[in-house]
Amino acid sequence: MIAPLFFYLFAFMTVVSGLMVILARNPVHSVLFLILSFFNSAGLFVLLGAEFLAMLLVVVYVGAVAVLFLFVVMMLDINIDEMRQGFRQHLPLGLVVGLILIVELLMIFTQDLSTDNVLATNLSNDISNTAMIGQVLYTEYLLNFQVAGLILLVAMIGAITLTMRHREGVKRQNISEQNSRTRDETVQIVSVDSHVAPKVLDDSRAANKRLQ
Amino acid sequence: MGDISLIHYLMVAAILFTFGAVGIFLNRKNVIIILMCIELMLLAVNINLAAFSSFHGHITGQIFAMFILTVAAAEAAIGLAILVVYFRNRGSIAVEDINMMKG
Repeated sequence: MIAPLFFYLFAFMTVVSGLMVILARNPVHSVLFLILSFFNSAGLFVLLGAEFLAMLLVVVYVGAVAVLFLFVVMMLDINIDEMRQGFRQHLPLGLVVGLILIVELLMIFTQDLSTDNVLATNLSNDISNTAMIGQVLYTEYLLNFQVAGLILLVAMIGAITLTMRHREGVKRQNISEQNSRTRDETVQIVSVDSHVAPKVLDDSRAANKRLQ
Repeated sequence: MGDISLIHYLMVAAILFTFGAVGIFLNRKNVIIILMCIELMLLAVNINLAAFSSFHGHITGQIFAMFILTVAAAEAAIGLAILVVYFRNRGSIAVEDINMMKG
């Protein structure tokens, strides 16, 4: 069987790149390892039969979130050496916490996790994974779906309002002010004294007379 | 090698989650790495949900993994926006310097 081989490949790569995310010296390398980790877990999702989720992971996480991280890391001028201070100092505490957490999590696996007694089975081979998700998502979980869209809207507005800034002394176009201008307040009628004719006009008139 | 069971997937997720938690402890200076660690932990949760969904034969796990993906994307956007504003004001993103609101 080739599937177990692929599982071990994807799992190994996911775990190793996950480790490199927290150990890499350069934050840019951390983001790149994060992207590698996302790709390999997308492979795990494909092995699980969750193809739609795998594609979503590649599109949303790799295409949007990880690239956003990459942009921010490159935009901020970070001193790498300063970032590493305190790494050794916090290492024992981190290892202890990690050890406790992993032991606790692995202890769960000594329980009986067999799936034989699970009654609900609605995964069928007749329709594709995407169609199945669509059938459930837009009927049973419609409210959750709408709320998820609302969360994204709020996040978008929040991110824009946070990062938008108004610099002083920069000329900007104020469209609403432009549109609300009326003729009365902008057009000025000046009555010009007509008795004093300009000299240029006088000369041209004289020239005309001479021609005639 | 043998067959791949639910336990295998759960172990991968557990290890990944632990790395995320340890990373928060280790990288005290860099908020970006901490945000990445949170993404890593959310990814581990997603693997768990997808594994249970697949092995229990129920699609709901994948639906909720999608919602977690949504929230993770929103959280990353807001977090990085806050980070950019903070860096603009202070010129540093060290976690220990973030104490302006301390009473």
